[in-house]
This record gives sequence, structure tokens and C-alpha cells, in this order.
Amino acid sequence: MLFFVARRLLYLVPVLIAVSVLTFVIASLLPGDLAYVILGDQATPENVAALRHDLGLDQPIWLRYLGWLWHIVQGDFGRSFRTGQTVLQAVSERVPISFELMILAELIGLAIGVPLAIACAAKAGSAFDRLMTGSAFGMLSVPTFLSAILLIYLFAVELRWLPATGYVPFTEDPLANLRFMVLPALTLGLAEWPGIMRVLRSDMIAALQEDYIALAKAKGLKPSRILFVHALKPSSLTLVTITGINIGRLIGGAVIVETIFALPGIGRLLVGAILTRDLIILQGVVLLVGAGFVIMNFIVDLLYALLDPRIRHGHA
Amino acid sequence: MATLELSLDESSAAPARRKRRIGTLFWLAVGWTVVVFAVAILADLLPLPSPTDMDMLERRGTFSAEHWLGTDGLGRDELSRLIYGARISLIVGLCAPMIGVTIGGALGMLAGYFRGRFESIVVGSMDVLLAFPPLILALAVTAYLGQSIFNLTCILGVLGIPAFMRVARAATLTLARREFVIAAQALGATHTRILLRELLPNVLLPLLAFFLLGVAVTIVVEGSLSFLGLGVPPPISSWGSMIGEGRESLDVAPRLAFIPAAAMFLTVLAFNLIGDTMRALTDPRQGAL
Amino acid sequence: MSSALLSVENAVVDLPTPRGNLRAVDHVDLAVGAGRTLGIVGESGCGKTMLSRAILQLLPKKAKLSGRVMFDGQDLTRLPAEKLRKLRGRSLAVVFQDPMTSLNPVLTIGTQLIETIQEHLELDLAQARQRSIELLAAVGIPAPEQRLAQYPHQLSGGMRQRVAIAVALSCEPQLLIADEPTTALDVTIQAQILDLLAREQQRRHMAMIIITHDLGVVAGRTDEVAVMYAGRVVERAPTPALFKQMRMPYTEALLAALPKLDVAPHTPLPAISGRPPDPTRPLKGCSFSPRCRYSAERCGTEKPQLSTAETPEHLYACFHPIAARVGA
Repeated sequence: MLFFVARRLLYLVPVLIAVSVLTFVIASLLPGDLAYVILGDQATPENVAALRHDLGLDQPIWLRYLGWLWHIVQGDFGRSFRTGQTVLQAVSERVPISFELMILAELIGLAIGVPLAIACAAKAGSAFDRLMTGSAFGMLSVPTFLSAILLIYLFAVELRWLPATGYVPFTEDPLANLRFMVLPALTLGLAEWPGIMRVLRSDMIAALQEDYIALAKAKGLKPSRILFVHALKPSSLTLVTITGINIGRLIGGAVIVETIFALPGIGRLLVGAILTRDLIILQGVVLLVGAGFVIMNFIVDLLYALLDPRIRHGHA
Repeated sequence: MATLELSLDESSAAPARRKRRIGTLFWLAVGWTVVVFAVAILADLLPLPSPTDMDMLERRGTFSAEHWLGTDGLGRDELSRLIYGARISLIVGLCAPMIGVTIGGALGMLAGYFRGRFESIVVGSMDVLLAFPPLILALAVTAYLGQSIFNLTCILGVLGIPAFMRVARAATLTLARREFVIAAQALGATHTRILLRELLPNVLLPLLAFFLLGVAVTIVVEGSLSFLGLGVPPPISSWGSMIGEGRESLDVAPRLAFIPAAAMFLTVLAFNLIGDTMRALTDPRQGAL
Repeated sequence: MSSALLSVENAVVDLPTPRGNLRAVDHVDLAVGAGRTLGIVGESGCGKTMLSRAILQLLPKKAKLSGRVMFDGQDLTRLPAEKLRKLRGRSLAVVFQDPMTSLNPVLTIGTQLIETIQEHLELDLAQARQRSIELLAAVGIPAPEQRLAQYPHQLSGGMRQRVAIAVALSCEPQLLIADEPTTALDVTIQAQILDLLAREQQRRHMAMIIITHDLGVVAGRTDEVAVMYAGRVVERAPTPALFKQMRMPYTEALLAALPKLDVAPHTPLPAISGRPPDPTRPLKGCSFSPRCRYSAERCGTEKPQLSTAETPEHLYACFHPIAARVGA
């Protein structure tokens, strides 16, 4: 197990470095450069040259990268030249909101996907199973922003049950916070359940054909115990994997959903930075999201290993 | 015996019914795709009002003989915009996976055939590309390069490379161990010949199936970006940007969002259906049954 | 026969396949008395596993079973699911062929034992735990207490099969069905497991059915042997009688195919030539006739029925039984 963790950790380092290089290279591709953007109308050749020198833009790219990396290692991700806020401040203010959204979404996805998967696997091939697998397939073709406007139209415009946009911090008013979170989380959750359901269903159908299920039946166990313990437990490992795979899509979905529902999360920060060409924030957010994504995947890997007794005992 | 029983159970269960069920749906999907392609290609020949002509007196008009699907918030003909929007969605949706399938497919085949250090480098660099949530990377790159159909297509294409690489590599890995490849090698065929004559035709089919799924994904991603106003630049409209504009008037004219939404959903669903059916047909595990 | 604990009467198992109907079990009659041992012997695919699944009512969903399976006075084929469930694991236990796949990989040995005990016996957790430890000790597992917290993959194949036997024995069943219990194990372990099964069968006075492809396995350990071929029982006799005088050419061929210690090294084994008939295309005559050395014209046109000869316990289905041929 320790060896496993060490190996994964060792792999993490080059990937993180590659992420930082890629982020930096993308940012350096900018046609025109930062100096022009910052100076805007006041861009005279002299001003630009002076600012370029101040920003270190006249140095070769690898030197700039190393300098940038050196600052980042020290925790200095830069400061927005528009709001004056540091990247870390801006991100740390917004991370909890995005996390809340993604966790709620994943919970909704699991709450819909897991029971459906179990029900379908238990009655594989039945009319119910075919209906639900069909719906899941259909749902996979519904883009997030589409279900978002559908939900807004239904619950905010027509029924007027829930607010379409806005946000209240959880610490201020938990109930109002949840009211604002319902539609965004539901939107993302609706995109999550089909994947969860499809993979878990086929996994459980395979598990149900295993010898140990036949033995569990031969032992006279209750059908519910066979289904929920003997068949679901081995498949729950798959659930961890799916959740891991989902993270990337969840982050992407969060960007869209936060923008539509005006939630002040990371996604909105990113879109805002793009629209106002706030490049320092943009660069910082992309780097942090990329790194966070890599680290989350790493944690999922560990979780998987922790849950599977075969890997835990070093048999894999 | 136990093995006999298992194989019986599987072969008699799902696949037969599945094929029959997808049959009609599959042809409906093909039909819809053909219609969308036809109107998108023939848009200029069709007797349509210009998609950019504004008629400020007829804003958000409902269905009429003049404007079959009504007009949008600026009095532009909705049907015409829908059809010209299909062009953009299809151009990006087809060209981007084309980039992915060409580069990714080639890299995957080479990696799967030659193995060794080349494979490690390819797989490793793909891992780095996958280290970013795709939408974030697409957003960041468009932000830096500027919004244009060309840039958008390139970025979405590059983002598709890892997935195509994996499919091609997996297919090549299994194929390269088959008798016909070994026989060709024994006969002294060159690597180029084996790759192009023996492997490519066999890798092409799974790649094509995956390509169709890639089209569906790309249409969705392009739609998402355009919906956010970060995809194709105005005044060009794609389905995504139409939905985005329609969202503003959800309370007075919800159809402005829902008509392009329906078109997009059906098209994505059609590509998913066709791709999934083809994948099921080309899946080596299913073929073995 | 009326006193039998388990009697299978006219059992037929049909499986629909893409190539047509597969008759896996073809009109089989069998009986086991309380405390007795029956061996069922046959090649792979002869229907012995399907027969055991039919007894346990664990056939695949598509399979159709007709005939009766009488156990302790009840017809298992007509028993409601809930009653059947109370019977399985309690009175009717099974050990499968492959201990690698028959134990759940993500549940501990303890869980898999205790869940069975608590399902059927009125024991609290501590008592069930205690009983599990005793059972593991009884089947010859060292350090049984530590094993409870371990997972199947941490044990060797032989140890796992011992665990599977402990699970089967956990509620003192009246009948144990051992379906190829040693096929997946190392040769050196096989005898140990078979001896363990025989010992526990004696000690607990339970009835046992051993299913195997190996006549050597049933030789010293069963009271009666039934030989199956292509879904049918082709010869059935008390074990001593069978080995003294086997009548069916197939049984003889099975015995001849066993490796023996008294032949010179490098002597080729007399394998049975050919393969069993396609079960979806039943033959008109004797199923074994295409592979039989003694096959005559009648064998290809008419199906021999299971009938008695000299002793009423010895049944066989052959027009040209071995001893009769010698006499002719």
C-alpha cells in the first residue's frame, strides 16, 4: 500500500510540472501582450517597453517560466490588475461555492443513478430496465446548458418555486443558500446520473452472474442482502472510478452552470476573467483548476486502492 | 459445466433484443442526420430569408406563413437562423473530430505498433493534455487566441486527440498480435505496408464509430461555449448562441430557446445513437459471441 | 426409494440457445438416502452441473425444468421462493467447483460465514462468531480466529475450498452437494479436501452428492455411483458392484482414461476418442454409439433404456453390455 502511494505520488510531480508548463505556454501565446492589455488606450511604445521591462516580458520565455514558477512555489500567484485582488484571495473566496455545487450535484447524480442501476440490474431485460436505459441514453445527449434553461423555465419562470439566479452564503442563511443551490445542483446532477447508472448497471449485471452470487443464493440469503451486499459491494469500486472520471466533466459543467445561475464560484471567476481579459487571474485559475483536478484524481486513485482489499493488500 | 452455462446465459440475454430495438431508432437517427446535413449544405439554394436581416417591427413574431418558425428578438427569421446555425454546429462538429481522428489515430496506431519508448512518450503527453478539465482548457485557449470558428475547431480538435489515440492504440495492440499481422511480418512486409494495408483498415471501423460519438460531444462543447458567448463570434450564430440569446426572453418567448435546443438535442442524440450502434457492432468482444 | 432424503424424478432441463433447444438433463432419476453418499460421474458438458443446479433450483432464468425434485417430502420445484430460501443453506448446502470465484472477493471470510449462520440459526453475533471459528478449525484451517478478518484472496486455493466447505457445513445440512469440489485445486490438495468431505459426512451423518469427472474420486468414498452421458444417466450401481463389474462401455472407457500407477512410464493414456454429441442435435439412438467400440446397428437407431440386469440395484442403458458381450 505504501509503495502504491509512493508510486502514485512520484507520478504526480511530473504531471503537475507539465500542467504548469502548459498553462504558462498557453498564456504566452497571447497575440499582442499583457502590456498592451494593461495599458489599454495609454499604450505608447515607450510605455509598453517600460511596462514590459517591469513585468519581465522582455526576458526569454524559459526564464520567465522559472521566475513565474518560483513565485508560485512561494504561494504568489499574482494579482489582478483590474480589481487588485490576489489570485489566491479570489480563488479561496469562490472555491467553497463551487465545491458545494459539485458535491450537491454528485449527490443528486448518485441518488438518482444508484437506485436506478440496482433496480435495472435486478430486473435486467424487463420493460422497466429498457425504459430506464433508454432514458439514460437520451439524457446523455442533453447538454448541461440545455437542462439548465429547461429547469429555469419550469421552476423559475412557469412555476415560480425557485429563484433562477442569485446566491446567499451558507453561513448567512443556510436555507436560502440551499434554495439558490437547488436548480444549479439539479442541472449538474441530471447530467451525472446517466453515466453512473449505465456503468453501475452493467457492472452489477456482470456481478450477478458470478459464482459467488450463485453461492449466496445457495446459502439461502435474502434477495435484498444478495443484491445490496454481495452484488453492490464489489461494484461500489466502480462507483468510485466513475466519480473520479466525472470530476473533469463536473468542473466543466460548473463553469456553465455558475454562469447561467449567477453563482459566484470558480467557473464564474474564470468566465469573468476571460470577458474582462484579466489575464493574471485567468492564468492563475487555469493553473489551480488543472492542479486541483490532478490532485483530485490522485485522491480518487488512493480511495480506490483503499476500498479494494486486493489492492490494499498489495495483490494488484 | 459452469463455463457452458455462463456463456449460454449471456448469449441468450441482451444482444439479440438490443439489436432489434435499436433497428428502427437507428434508421430514424440516420434519417434525421441526412435531413440536417441536406438543409445545412443547401441553405443558400433554399428560398429562405437572410438569417441576418433584421425586421424591428416584427420582433419575436410567432409562427406565420412568412416566418415559419417566427422571428427572434431582433426580428430575424428563426428558421433561417436555425439552418445557418446548423452549418456552424456541423462544421465545427465534424472538422474538430477530424483533427482528433487523424492525429490521434495516427499516434495511437504508431504507439500500439512500435510500443517501447515512443508509446510511453505519446501516452504520457496525452496524460498531460487530460490533466485539464477539457472545457477549462478550451475556454482558456480561446480566450488567448481569440474567438473564431477556425480557432474553436482547432482547439476542440486537439482536445479530442487523447481519446482517439486511446481507441486506435487499443485496437492496434490487439490486432498486432493476430495471425495475419504476424504472417505479413514473416513475409517481410515493411512497417509502412503493415500499418497501412493490414492494420489501418481494421482500426478504421472502431475509429469511425468513435468519430461519430466525437461529433456529438463536439457539438455539445461548441454549443456550450457559444452559449456562454465564448464560442463563435457574433454575428455568426450557431445553435448554442441562439439558445443563449433565447434564454434572455425565456419568460416571453420560450420557443426562441427551445427550438434550437430541440434541434441540437435531436442531432446530438442521432450521432450518439449511430455511433453507439456502430461501436456495438465493431466491439471485438461482441463480435466474438 | 420412498425413504430417500432426496429423489430426483424424471428431471428434464431444457435450455434455449441461439442454435436451438439444448437438453442439458434428459429424464434423470436419482435418489440419495439420509446419511448416504452418491457420486455422479461424467465428462465436461454431460449435464452433471446442470443437474446439481436443478436440484438447488439455481438454474439460469432461461432454463426450463420439468419433473420432480423431492427433498425431505417436499417438491422443491413447486416450493415458494421464501420456503426454498429457508431450506437452502440450512438443510441443503453446496460446495462449488472453483473456490476462487465462489467466495465473494470483497467480503471477509467471517462475514461470509456469519451471514449464513445468522440467516438460519437463532444465534447472536458473538455465538455466530464462535461457531465460525469452530467450523474453520473443524475443516482444518490453522489460526481460525485471525482468518475471520481476512479476505478470500489472502488464502490459498485449498484453504479457500476449506472455507467454502465450512460455509456449507455451517448449519448442519442434511444434504451436501459437492460440485467438482477438487477440480480447480492442486493434485496434492485434492485428496485432503476429499478426505475432509468424507470425514465430515461421516461425523455429521449427512447425505452427500459428489459430482466429478473422475471415477477415481468416487471409488472409495461413495455408496452409489451414477454415470452420466449427454444428459442421461447411463449406468447406476452401488459403488462396489460398479467397480467389480461395470456394464456400460462408457463407464469402462472413463475408467480406462484414468492414469494408473502400475503401468510403465510413457504409456499413452487410452483417451476416449471423439467428443460428446452436440446437445442441441440429439441422436436418435444411443448417444455414446458414435464413440463406442462395441456399437452395433441397433445402437444407432434405438435409444437403450435404463434397465436392471442381474441385481436390482445395478442399472444400465446399453444393448451390448460388457459382460454379455463376453458371453456371446
